[in-house]
Amino acid sequence: MKTAHISDNTILYVNGISKSFDGFKALNSLSLTLEKGQMRAIIGPNGAGKTTMMDVITGKLRPDSGEVIFGENIDLTQYDEAEIANLGIGRKFQKPTVIESLSLLENLELALQGSRGVLQALFHRLSGEQKSRIDEVLELIALPDRRHELSGALSHGQKQWLEIGMLLVQNPQLLLVDEPAAGMTDSETEATAELLKEITGDHSVVVVEHDMDFIKALDTTVTVLHEGSTLTEGRLEDIQNDQRVIEVYLGR
Amino acid sequence: MTAPLFPSSSFLAGDSGGKGLLLVLLVAAIFVPVLNLAVPDGSIFHVSSYTLTLVGKYLCLAILALSVDLIWGYCGILSLGHGAFFALGGYAFGMYLMRQIGDRGVYGNAELPDFMVFLDWQELPWYWSGFDNFGFAMLMVLVVPSVLAFVFGWLAFRSRVTGVYFSIITQALTYALLLAFFRNDMGFGGNNGLTDFKEVLGYSLQSEVTRNVLFSLSAVSLGLFYLLFRWIVSSKFGRVLVAIRDAESRTRFTGYKVEYYKLFVFVLSAAVAGVAGALYVPQVGIINPGEFSPLNSIEVVVWVAIGGRGTLYGAVIGALIVNYAKTYFTAAMPEVWLFMLGGLFVVSTIYLPKGVVGLFQQYHERKSANVVKTLPAEAT
Repeated sequence: MKTAHISDNTILYVNGISKSFDGFKALNSLSLTLEKGQMRAIIGPNGAGKTTMMDVITGKLRPDSGEVIFGENIDLTQYDEAEIANLGIGRKFQKPTVIESLSLLENLELALQGSRGVLQALFHRLSGEQKSRIDEVLELIALPDRRHELSGALSHGQKQWLEIGMLLVQNPQLLLVDEPAAGMTDSETEATAELLKEITGDHSVVVVEHDMDFIKALDTTVTVLHEGSTLTEGRLEDIQNDQRVIEVYLGR
Repeated sequence: MTAPLFPSSSFLAGDSGGKGLLLVLLVAAIFVPVLNLAVPDGSIFHVSSYTLTLVGKYLCLAILALSVDLIWGYCGILSLGHGAFFALGGYAFGMYLMRQIGDRGVYGNAELPDFMVFLDWQELPWYWSGFDNFGFAMLMVLVVPSVLAFVFGWLAFRSRVTGVYFSIITQALTYALLLAFFRNDMGFGGNNGLTDFKEVLGYSLQSEVTRNVLFSLSAVSLGLFYLLFRWIVSSKFGRVLVAIRDAESRTRFTGYKVEYYKLFVFVLSAAVAGVAGALYVPQVGIINPGEFSPLNSIEVVVWVAIGGRGTLYGAVIGALIVNYAKTYFTAAMPEVWLFMLGGLFVVSTIYLPKGVVGLFQQYHERKSANVVKTLPAEAT
């Protein structure tokens, strides 16, 4: 496998990754390419390998074979989760994961782009610039009045937003977002889609989602995964009429 | 009253429990020696030497509890072997005290401690050299527990051993050390440990003044470690610890090397536990392998749980309450004490998940909630 066909504009190049668990092939030679500033929606039935793919990209799992190249030539399979986060990849979990016993402000402070060292953390002080960035994001996720509240007190949808806010202050080049609309009301779902569209361009975004209305609202290229590999790729309208996709979703 | 947009940067701001504790410690460090030395025996204000030593001992155990709360309460690392670091610090300082005995031992041998003469050893083992120097011994009090914690922590945290698995191997660690220190040929006095100490830095350990100084030193150390830990948990570092406790993988994906943070705090906690042991040994006059007993380490966790985990001052309060109760009940009704301790743990887990200090906090919150209710207009 060569990495020659990566263009300068590629941010993520996943080439033929496979991963098995006890003989079950969660990923089967999966490939995917994402350009800088692009958004990609990923759909697929349960067990198609969506979350496993995220795990491989973010360093939680090592693939049995294949390569994952970030930017021009960084081989992600050589790094652990924290290193990959610092290289510029942010991840939002399927189940909203915020630090429940810290305030919203403290959650954002932790995620804020900057040093992650032990000693720096001991002597850390927020600069004026960092404070205004946190204020900005609090406005963006529509929670400015609750800055001092513990994030555990937020509703499910608000936690999702706070977690997205944490990704934004982390300022990664690539965002991996796992089911951001799960458990959200219709209006929240709509607003989330808007938010993700807004940040695309400055960031590259991969969204895994089940909700077809949400995918439609994202209005972007869709990749369909099935049994650990890419089934097809294209606009949602085309995909919805694709016979193979219908089979996969509705059964043979 | 509008809350500031960003919280105050002073690390003691809002820590009323801690300020109270520090005040009590300061008063105790100054006035208990006065009440012991200057107030005559028959007076009701007199503090007996027995009480002095007993409370001094509790203060050392409170330092140990503090060190456990730092890792367990804030970072979720449940060490059931922290007594090992306490005992190692105690042994390191005990070795210095042994060397101070000189030729005043039973066998009158200036070169070797009594137990070595008894074992018919001819010369001091290499690892005893340097311990006649106070500075070196104090350094070892910090270094020995730290090095063990570093090696142990490095292996455990790097392999991502967490939760109950970590707790079990810490129990194994302290049990292994217990067995090792029981052996006579380890050169640490075997079963009997190190005892029969005479003096520290030339001051007799039997003298009233020395005992008072040790008491005040324990109180001051507890206060200083409290300040250090409070500063740490109020920093961003402390918030990373909480993040690790609440959502370890989220913390990793946010870019923090969780194993480094855990290792740092674990080593620091072990070093502080070692200092607690070093202050404890001259006050009780003995260190033996029993201090490595797995049960001891579990008891420390019980103190912290009863006092209130993740508050620091709760750990101190828990250590003082439970140890006072232990002293009282093991004398008054020795056969029920262990049942009481177990019962206390069960009760505090079920009814007081935030420990004794949680009760106060609840009361406080209810009171301030009432204030807000009655003054809705002025509140904002």
